Amino acid sequence: MSLKGKRILIAKPGLDGHDVGAKVIALALRDAGADVIYTGLRKTPEYIARIAVEEDVDAVGLSLLSGSHNELVADTLRCLRDMGGEDIAVFVGGTIPSEDHAALTEAGVRGVFTADLKLEDVVATIDRELGA
Amino acid sequence: MSRRPALSTATPSGIEVPVVVTPDMVGTRDPGVPGEAPFTRGIFADGYRGRLWTIRQYSGFGTAEESNERYRFLLERGQTGLSVALDLPTQCGLDPVDPMARPEVGKVGVSLSNLAEAEILFDGIDLSAISTSFTINGTAAIVYAMYCAVADKQGVPRAALTGTIQNDILKEYVARGTWIFPVRPSMRLIADTILFANEQTPRFNPISIAGAHVRDAGASAVEELGYTLANGLSYVEELLKRGGDAAKFCRRLSFFFYVHMDFFEEVCKFRAGRRLWARLLEERFGITDPDAQRFRFGVVCGGSSLTAAQPTNNIVRVGLENLAAVLGGAQSIFTAAYDEAFQIPTETSAEIALRTQQIVAYESGVARTVDPLGGSYFVEWLTDRMEEETRKVIADIDAYGGVIPAIEDGWLQMRIAERARQRKEAVDRVETVVVGQNVFRRPDGNEDLGEVFRVDPQAAQRVREKYEAIRARRDDAAVANTLAALEAAAGKDDENLMPHLIDCCHAYATVGEMVAALKRVWGEFQEPIRL
Repeated sequence: MSLKGKRILIAKPGLDGHDVGAKVIALALRDAGADVIYTGLRKTPEYIARIAVEEDVDAVGLSLLSGSHNELVADTLRCLRDMGGEDIAVFVGGTIPSEDHAALTEAGVRGVFTADLKLEDVVATIDRELGA
Repeated sequence: MSRRPALSTATPSGIEVPVVVTPDMVGTRDPGVPGEAPFTRGIFADGYRGRLWTIRQYSGFGTAEESNERYRFLLERGQTGLSVALDLPTQCGLDPVDPMARPEVGKVGVSLSNLAEAEILFDGIDLSAISTSFTINGTAAIVYAMYCAVADKQGVPRAALTGTIQNDILKEYVARGTWIFPVRPSMRLIADTILFANEQTPRFNPISIAGAHVRDAGASAVEELGYTLANGLSYVEELLKRGGDAAKFCRRLSFFFYVHMDFFEEVCKFRAGRRLWARLLEERFGITDPDAQRFRFGVVCGGSSLTAAQPTNNIVRVGLENLAAVLGGAQSIFTAAYDEAFQIPTETSAEIALRTQQIVAYESGVARTVDPLGGSYFVEWLTDRMEEETRKVIADIDAYGGVIPAIEDGWLQMRIAERARQRKEAVDRVETVVVGQNVFRRPDGNEDLGEVFRVDPQAAQRVREKYEAIRARRDDAAVANTLAALEAAAGKDDENLMPHLIDCCHAYATVGEMVAALKRVWGEFQEPIRL
């Protein structure tokens, strides 16, 4: 499995300050060969979409643990479309109740990851979705 | 069938444990008596007989009205202190109408944007009779000012107030992320609150130096203790620089930790922590007043040790952690509800969590004698080992040049991220066992999460309406004057900001307005992004 040549943006939308999950995923993706950019905390959906488009990434991983995922993911998807980034694959991770997974997927999210998943499985899903 | 995992021989901090500890292996043959320095066995001679720990359940969501109702529910059922959860906009210093705040209003805690909301939050609750803890950091000084203002309004003398504000910004930069201002003005603001509290609210804890969040983010128990004590030493240095009287301010420093699942490591962490703090104060600052050396701490049982898989198993985990906290001598305990891993607790789960503490306190008999594990060969051996290992963590930080540069450079943040990854990989490889999650899973995979709690989706809208209403009603000139005085004082290093913040609160200035005034003087923290 290799994400060599893939560019991935890991982002923290909203005010949630729990960034360790985002960093752990970022480190795992980098070790799998991806070129990883991390935004840091408290970014707006507009900012995240703009960086994603400017940096020409293949995927964006959004990390959310505050319960605001429905609003913030929808906003990020909309901003990506508005800025011509509709081809960028979006993944979501964090504290996401299982009953919200289907709606996120229908909205266009390519994978929803919670803390009980193995890191290698998360990386494998991203790898598969990006068609490496 | 699940395969049976191997029993580990080392604690999660990596301390190899002998199969048996014999008397000749124990360095500390006599751990002394409770109530006497260095307090290995406890900070009070009479332990819990003199005073039981405070049963304090973290709670708060949506509007001040809903949270007030939940507090009354918990107090009616025998809770002895309040613990206020605030929403992220309040924690980050943004008003509920700020575009960045909008999706987060009332989600992880209650929205508290101005004094009118605080008056509702504590309506019918006598602040002279109850202690209140606020998990608040970036805006701690403001929330503390608001609490003083509510007391003023209730006619309660400030000197009667008891409770705690977390007010530990250093760990926010490392693990929890609700920083606002750069490190150095933040340290000044914390010193302001502590010095003010020493004079005006002498029974109130103006800081709770917290390792809990660093722990939950990935640090081991030893690192949790080491980083926390290192942060504690930084606050002592800051206060001494400001001319504070150590005999006075040290008495009001308190600490806050997680209790995770490794029972004896947790018990010995607290025994080692008490002893090491007393020793460090003496070694580094020559502080030998026993009242100043007492290491008082609260704990939370649960956090990342809880699982979303088979959540009712969490009731057992929290019960064991609760017992470890008591045998470790905690002054206040929060037991998380079994559904805390994935939602705000329901009334049912919140009640079980509260009852857990009452069962430990009143049925088990463990609170009868101080430090009942004291003198156990293993417990004394492990306490010594924890102290040694913790000293190494502190030495690493000293070698880097101290906590503040380690944070400003992002070095400490990176260390935590690396440890988090190791912890995650250990779980993935089943070197760390999590029952129901990575072993002994349900064969049918059925994960019944039980009753679901949802914050009222209209709550945020009501918060914004109330916010607009108070802004229309207040005296604009008073708001402008108090904010201008705050801003002017922020530019002078030797002026305590607390009286100004209380004036702003009384004028119904909002949290967002006060933070904006301070940002104009101090700017914002620039997060070092290192991977």
